Amino acid sequence: MSTEAASYRDGMRAVLAIAATVAFFGASFGLLARSSGLGVLAPLVMSATTFAGSAQFAAVSILGSSGGAAAAVAAAVLLNARYVPISISVASLFRGPRLRRLAEAQLIVDESWAISSRGGGRFDRRLLVGAGLVLYVAWVGGTAVGVAGGEALGDPKDLGLDGAFPALFLALLVPQLVGARERAAALLGGAIALALTPFTPAGTPIVTAAAACLLGLSRPGKPRRGS
Amino acid sequence: MTVWLVVGLVAVATIAFKAAGPVLLGGRLLPVGVRGVVALLAPVLLAALVVTQTVGGDGGLVLDARLAGVGAGAAAIVARAPLPVVVIVAAAATALARMVT
Repeated sequence: MSTEAASYRDGMRAVLAIAATVAFFGASFGLLARSSGLGVLAPLVMSATTFAGSAQFAAVSILGSSGGAAAAVAAAVLLNARYVPISISVASLFRGPRLRRLAEAQLIVDESWAISSRGGGRFDRRLLVGAGLVLYVAWVGGTAVGVAGGEALGDPKDLGLDGAFPALFLALLVPQLVGARERAAALLGGAIALALTPFTPAGTPIVTAAAACLLGLSRPGKPRRGS
Repeated sequence: MTVWLVVGLVAVATIAFKAAGPVLLGGRLLPVGVRGVVALLAPVLLAALVVTQTVGGDGGLVLDARLAGVGAGAAAIVARAPLPVVVIVAAAATALARMVT
C-alpha cells in the first residue's frame, strides 16, 4: 500500500479479512432476527439503514425477549451514540453538498473509521469509503443469508470471530500512540471504559471515554504535524 | 407494527449520529483548540473499543475466550504481522480457548 495517496481499492483490500467476519455476524443477526419473529424484510431493511452491528443485535434481542419497543430503541440509540464523536473526528473529510455528505457519512462504521485513521488525528477519505462499501455489502449480504436460513453456517462465536474485533481495534490503536499525549489519552479512555463496563448499559462506557480527549486542550510543546 | 417502529426509529437516530460531524462541520477547518481535542478522538475511542469488545457483554463485565484472542492478536502485532493475519490469529486463538474451557 502506498504511504501517501491511498485509493478506494486500498481501503477495500485493507478490510477484506474483517469483512468476512462481519458477513458471518450479519448472517447470525439475520438468523436471530428471524427467530425473534421479525420476519424477512425488517432485518434486511434494518441492516441496510442502520448498518451498525452491536445496536442491531441489542434491539432485536430485546424485541425477541419481549422487552418492549422503547427499551429496544433506547439500547440501540445508546450503543450508537458513539458515532457522534466518531463522525466529528472525520468531519473534515466530507465535502460537497449536504445531502452527499449525509449519504457518504453512512459508510462510517467502527471498522471503516478505524482503518482510515492515519495517526495524529488524520484520516483518509478514500480508505474510509472503500472499506465502508465492502463492509456494507458484507453486512447486508450476510443478513440476507441469515434470514434465508443460514443455520448451516453455525455460530460465529464457535469460530472465535468475536475475538477478531478487539484485536483489529488494538492493531489500529498501536500506530496512533505516537506521543506521550496520545498514550495518556488512550490509557485514560480505556480505563474509563473498563471502569464503567460493569455498571452501565452497553454504549455508555465508550461515549463517556470520549471525555479523555479533553487532554488535547493542554498543549505541551508544538504540534509536530500540521493538518 | 412495533417491529417497524423500532427499525425506523433506530435507523433515523443512527443516520443522524453518523451524519452529525460531516453534515454540521463537514469540510470546515475547526478552531485550533478544538483540533487538539478532535485529534485525540481516534486513540481514545479505539482504546475504549478494545476494552468493550474484549470484556463487554450482556449485563456488564464478561471475561471469556476473547481475552486469549486479544492476547494472541497483541503478540501478532508485536511481531509486525499484517492486519489480516492479526485478525485471523485472534479469531483462531479465541476459538481454541473456547474449545478447551
